[in-house]
This record gives sequence, structure tokens and C-alpha cells, in this order.
Amino acid sequence: MTAVQTPSVDAPVDGPGGSKLGSTIKRVIASNPSVLPTVAAIVIFIGMVIYGEVAYGRIVQYNTLSNLLINNAHLIILAAGMTFVILTGGIDLSVGSVIAFSSVAGVMLANAGWNPWVVIVLMILIGTVFGLASGILIQYFNVQPFIATLAMMFLGRGLASLLSTQPERLADDSQLLWLGEQFKLIDGEKVNDVVITPGVIIAFVVVLVAFFVLHRTRTGRTVYAIGGSESSSALMGLAVPRTKILVYVISGTLSGIAAVVYTSRLGIAQNITGIGWELDAIAATVIGGTLLTGGYGYVLGSVVGALVLGLMNVLITRDGGIPPEMTTIITGGILLVFVLLQRAVTSKRQT
Amino acid sequence: MIKTDASARPVVEMTGITVEIDGTTVLHDVGLRLFAGEIHALMGGNGAGKSSLVKALTGAYRIDAGEVRIAGEPVSLAGPAEAEGAGVAAAFQDVDLCGNLSIAENVMIGHEERRWYGISWGATRRRAEAVLDELGLGDLDPRLAVHELPPAMQQLVAIARAMVTHPKVLVLDEPTSSLDADEVATLFRALRRLREHGVAILFVSHFLEQVYAISDRITVLRDGRGQGEYPTRELDRVVLISKMIGKDLAELRRIGSERRAHRADPTGAPVYRAVGVGRRGEFEATDFELHRGEVVGLGGLRGSGRSEFGQLLAGVARRDSGTIEIDGRTVALPNPAAALRHRIAFASEDRRDGGIIEELSVRDNIVLALQAMRGWARPISRAERDGLVDRFMESLAIVAPGPEAPARRLSGGNQQKVLLARWLATRPHVLVLDEPTRGVDIGAKVEIQARIAKMARDGVAVVFISSELDEVVRLSDRIAILKDRRKIGEVSNGPGLSVDTIIEMIAADDDDDA
Repeated sequence: MTAVQTPSVDAPVDGPGGSKLGSTIKRVIASNPSVLPTVAAIVIFIGMVIYGEVAYGRIVQYNTLSNLLINNAHLIILAAGMTFVILTGGIDLSVGSVIAFSSVAGVMLANAGWNPWVVIVLMILIGTVFGLASGILIQYFNVQPFIATLAMMFLGRGLASLLSTQPERLADDSQLLWLGEQFKLIDGEKVNDVVITPGVIIAFVVVLVAFFVLHRTRTGRTVYAIGGSESSSALMGLAVPRTKILVYVISGTLSGIAAVVYTSRLGIAQNITGIGWELDAIAATVIGGTLLTGGYGYVLGSVVGALVLGLMNVLITRDGGIPPEMTTIITGGILLVFVLLQRAVTSKRQT
Repeated sequence: MIKTDASARPVVEMTGITVEIDGTTVLHDVGLRLFAGEIHALMGGNGAGKSSLVKALTGAYRIDAGEVRIAGEPVSLAGPAEAEGAGVAAAFQDVDLCGNLSIAENVMIGHEERRWYGISWGATRRRAEAVLDELGLGDLDPRLAVHELPPAMQQLVAIARAMVTHPKVLVLDEPTSSLDADEVATLFRALRRLREHGVAILFVSHFLEQVYAISDRITVLRDGRGQGEYPTRELDRVVLISKMIGKDLAELRRIGSERRAHRADPTGAPVYRAVGVGRRGEFEATDFELHRGEVVGLGGLRGSGRSEFGQLLAGVARRDSGTIEIDGRTVALPNPAAALRHRIAFASEDRRDGGIIEELSVRDNIVLALQAMRGWARPISRAERDGLVDRFMESLAIVAPGPEAPARRLSGGNQQKVLLARWLATRPHVLVLDEPTRGVDIGAKVEIQARIAKMARDGVAVVFISSELDEVVRLSDRIAILKDRRKIGEVSNGPGLSVDTIIEMIAADDDDDA
């Protein structure tokens, strides 16, 4: 990453290690300009970290960065799922309400004395079923992804409200809370520790599996191919209908997992949980360099995108002078700047 | 050349194939036999059912009646994957690749080399390289994204993709329609090598000379019915054409002779005059004149700037130098709409990207430009529109289920005619036609050429662009010869002028440079 920042592009190939890495990156970018937006997202994330450290201090330290991961684990999981959908040229608006329904149902079942493992599996399956429904609507009933998942979004929100309209609190001794428990990895000075939760580990695993599926399996490559040209993919004999349903199933399932991770961290679920999170996930994916029309993008970019959004919230809190109401405006502004920046960078490279 | 004897069993035997699409029977009781180690040409006009037969063989269309046997076994082909499993691979006419993926990945997708850690990109790339090398594309970097390749290379990559599974049968639907002579030669070398390896190749093409150069046998279709199977060497070209279109070549010859009889040296003031029109990097500043009722051909090889020059003349591309005069008055022509108001129309080369809107009906496609010219606030009356559409569908013999049918359901030649009708409906004074006959069969070519000749008789000034020089020579009164993005000269047409003359002029210009 340092090599990305170093402007020493003229370094000889047989120079020291750093410039070798630099020239490797240069070669990768030259042969594959589609990584540029993602590289730009990384550079800007680093820029935000540096700015935060200089302006407010206490950003580049163990506990801040640990909390960034802990507080955004669910968003990272959502963004990973959204990446699959957007890579095919689709969209999934239902993820926020799926989380609401899944977490309210989960908390109520856990409090009713159900086995926590069964509850977790059910919470995830709720997401799977929603994703499957969207996928079937889109593939076999030819409904636009926007409309199909919008319907699922209303359905999920409605079902969550049917279950309960007030905050449902997990019992203090619920085993579900273990997933949100913080484990100290490195004990720093005072509270400056490296901490991790099982939720963060789940997010890591999700991202690794997503990366593997997208880049090392035929299913993953079919996702990219559909985003490039759906009709060509079908003529090439690829499993287009199956894959198109699968991406919504993946997105739904990951929403279920995100619901588990989020609920276990907060211990509270409510029917209004997750309003607008589908847009956060889409924003994270786009900031991370995935093209909304499909075909180009990386799941690791979406992780960076989610961290950019999370870090922005941290910086706004640190600043103190910015009213919290401004958060969405700033998110919108950053999104716009990112998209314009990416466009500028890519068009410059292509000419 | 033909290694098979009549007693050998065919690899593919299709008998009594009948296919219905939306209630229209597109194939009636058609048969096709392919033998190992032969190149078999499938010939027929637009709408004859070539593409339908190909789609039936590759599993894209469901077969309503009839039987397909592969290596003697009856098979049911429910989709491209099943066809591939049965040993039938295909590369389609409209290059079907994913532009966002690399060459290697397009070649190998669905057949990637897998290890315990998933896809091995190194091994996958090496296999792609081996297949590309077999086709003579060894120097292509398989890591490049496909959208960066010119259409011709994309076509070859599509064929490479079809070869990955080592199919028994390779189906090529119009593989050469976007290739130039060198690339065709490369492709043919690859096809001959595949034939030696015992692959049965079905070659669908409009290009008569290519079919005679490469094929061993020919099956002819017309109006969805088989017209017989012939060894290529025993089938005379004139006989073949008459079987394809049900008419003879007399019509084509008549157009040529009529044009020559009609031809007159331009007199009076030009209706259109371009002075020093050009665009940096696209086309050198050039003077150009058009008179009423004149067909001026742009003759040149691929890459000579034919389309670019046509677009500059029609005001579709922005010129950065020069002025354009119409009837002696200088006009600005900043955009295509302004050009249309001055009755200058441009029909694009690419009927998919720049022309036909596939989702709109034939009727809407035809009136589109006329409506745009009048402005949306003044809609065309229904009676006027229907009259117009009926007239053009009849006079251009557009074969469509009806004016309501979406344009995508029409064959390529008929789409081209719809495009022509669109610009004719605006009653242009100057019409620039970029490859109006590209990818259409000889029957439709004849009709389109006849129509262009008639327009000229009616007083329209036509700029005619075609990659087929014989067409340019047949139709044009005058030919502007282009080379390397500039005009190297103009010749008046006459009995002494032939395709060879033009090629000589282009070649001679080379000598001057040297």
C-alpha cells in the first residue's frame, strides 16, 4: 500500500524490494484498469486515516481501528453480499428489512428459550428465504431486480412490525451475546488494546469465502460474465438462471448472518433496525469500485468502502462540531466525490 | 479434399426438422448431414432459415418435429450446454463474448482448469494460449480485456472458445462478416487444420467466394425449406444463386446497366459542397461535391476512413475544419438533428448499435427519424404514418410479421431495409449510406441496390459506402477513392472502370509515397 502512495514510478525493475512491488502494481493496473477505482478507494481510505490522525489524533491506534472493525462487521458482511448482486448488474434493496425481521424474530425466539444455535440457523435461513424469493421473482417471473427486492423490503419490514413494534432486548445471560463479546488480543497501554469479536471473525471469513468464490470458482466467474453480457453468458452455455438466483440467495443469507452479528453486538432488535442499510451497502460497494452496471468490481473493494463509511462516522463524532444530522449529507457528498474521482481516474487512464 | 465416402456415417444427421417460433413455422422438414473432416456450407437468403437451423442444432431453439442424430445416436438438445456435451460447439454471428473479461477467460470460461484451491489461472491461461496458438493467434496477450480488441479479433477469440472442448462439430454462423482479407485467410488456415483433425465444420456465410474457397459441400435453404445438398465443385455459382433466391442474376446485371445508361456527368450547381472538411486524427481536410440525382461511392479498404468521412459529410461527427454549403448557402450542421433539418440523412453501418432499435416495432422504427425531424410537438397523424409505413414495407419488400412486430424479430437484411425506410421517410436531399448491404444476402442486396438507384433517379444525392468494391463500381456515378484517412482522387464511372482499376489506384498511391 505504501507503494501505491509512492510516486517513484520511474524506479528500475531491479531496484530494491519496494520499487519492485511498485512496478508489479503498475503492471497489474496497466493490464487491468478495472482495479483502478478500488486502488483509488484504498488511497482515499488511507488519506482519511492520515487526515483524522493529524486533525483529531488518536485514529491510528489499536482501539480505534479495532472498534472500526467491530462496529462495521455487519456492514462489511452486507457489502460482500451486495457485491455479488451488483456484479451481475442487479440490486438488492431488501437487506435492511431482512435484518430487521431476522433480528426481531431471533431475539423473540431466544427469549422464548430456544436453543441459541437453532436461533442462529433460523435467523440466517430467514435471509436465505428472502433472497431465494427475490431471485425466483427476478429469474422466473421476469421482475426487475429493483422492484422484486423493493417488494421484499416492504414485506420484511412489515413482518418485523407484525412481530413487535418495540425494542426487543436479549436476556442478559443469552448465549447469543457471546458472538458480540470482545476478546483482547494485544493488551496495550490503558484501554489501547487490540480487541476482536467473533462477529469480526465471521466478517473476515465471509470476505475470504466471497473472494474465493468470485475469483477461484466457475460460479464466481459466471457472476462476472453475467455482468458483462447476460445473453453471451447464456450462449456460452454458462448456468445463467441458477447463478442469478444464487447471487440473491447469497445476498439474503449474508443479510441473515449480518443480523446475527449485529444483534449479538447490541443485544437489542427492533422493527426499525436497518432502515437505509441497503443504501449503505450499495454505497460501500460503489465506493469500493464496483460498477453499478455490473461486470467490474472486487469484494475487497467493498470492504474498503464499508470501512470508509465507518471511518467517516468516527471522524464526524471526533470533530464534535458537526451535527449528526449531517452524516447522511456527508455520506452522499463522499459518494459523489468518489464516483466522479473514479470516473476521472479511469477515463484518464484509458486515453 | 473430401475424405468421407458416401457410405461413411455422418457425424450429424438432422432429418425432418420443423421449428415454430411464435406460431410461424421457420423451418419445414429440413435435413442436414455433416461428415467428419468436411467443411459444409449452409447457404440461403435472409429469412431462409439458416440461423434457425443453426439454433436448432446448438440447442437454442426447441425442435417441434424431426430428429437429430449425433454419431448415430438420437439426441435431444435442450440448450447450449447439452449441445456442447454432445460435441457440438458454436460461434455466433454477433460476437458473443463478455467484454469485461480477459481473452483467456472468454476462451476458457466454464472450462477453467481447477485444482484443490479452485481455478488455477496459470494453467487456465496456458490452455487458452494453446488453443489460440492453434488458430494462429499465438502472439495475442490473453490477459487483455476482450472489449479492447477489434471486432475481427473478437470473432477469432469466439472461435477459439468454441474449440476448447474439442468438439466433433463446429458451427460458425457468419464468422467472416467483420473480417478483412488477411483475417479471413488466418481463419481459413485454422479451419483447414481443424478439418484435417476430423472436425465437421458447418460454415454459414453470405460470401459466395469464401464458400467456394473453403467448403466441400453445400446445403441450400430457401424460405425455411431445404433446396438440396451438393458437392461444392459440382455446383455452378449461377445455379447456386438461383437456388437461393429463386431468381437469376439478370436483375443484378440490369441494375448495373441501367445505372450506366442513366449516368450523366454532373451539371449545374452542386446541391451539396464541402470545402476543407476534416477532423484531426480522423480524416484529412477534403473538398467534396454532390449533385442532384448522383450516386457517389466512397471506395477504399477497411480503415481508409470511409465511415469517418461519411459521418463528417453528414454532420454526424463534428468536423474541426471546413465549411459545408447546401444549395450555395453555408450551414453549420452542429449535430445530426440540424443535418436532418437540412435534409441530410446518415444511415449507420452498425444496424444494431447505431440504427435499429430492437424493442420498437417496425412501424416506430420507420417513422422515428421523420418524427424527430418534425419535432415531438407535431406528431405524425396515424393515417399518414400507416400510409407511409405500408408504402415502405411494400416497396422495399420488408418481410415482417406485421408493422407492429418488434424489429428484433426481423432478419438482418430486413432490419437493414427498415433502416433504409427510416431515412427515406424523411425525403432527404442528401443521403449518406454507410454499408447498407452489409451482412445481407444477395437477394436483399439486389433490392437495396435497386432502391438506391431509384432514389438517385428521383433526384436524391447519395453517398454510398461499401466494403464490397464491386457494389461501389456497379452503383456509383462517381467514386471518391480513399486511403489512409484521406481522399486520394476521384474517378467518373464508365465502361472502362472496374474493381481492379480502383485497387490499382490505391496501390499506385502507395508507390508515390515510397
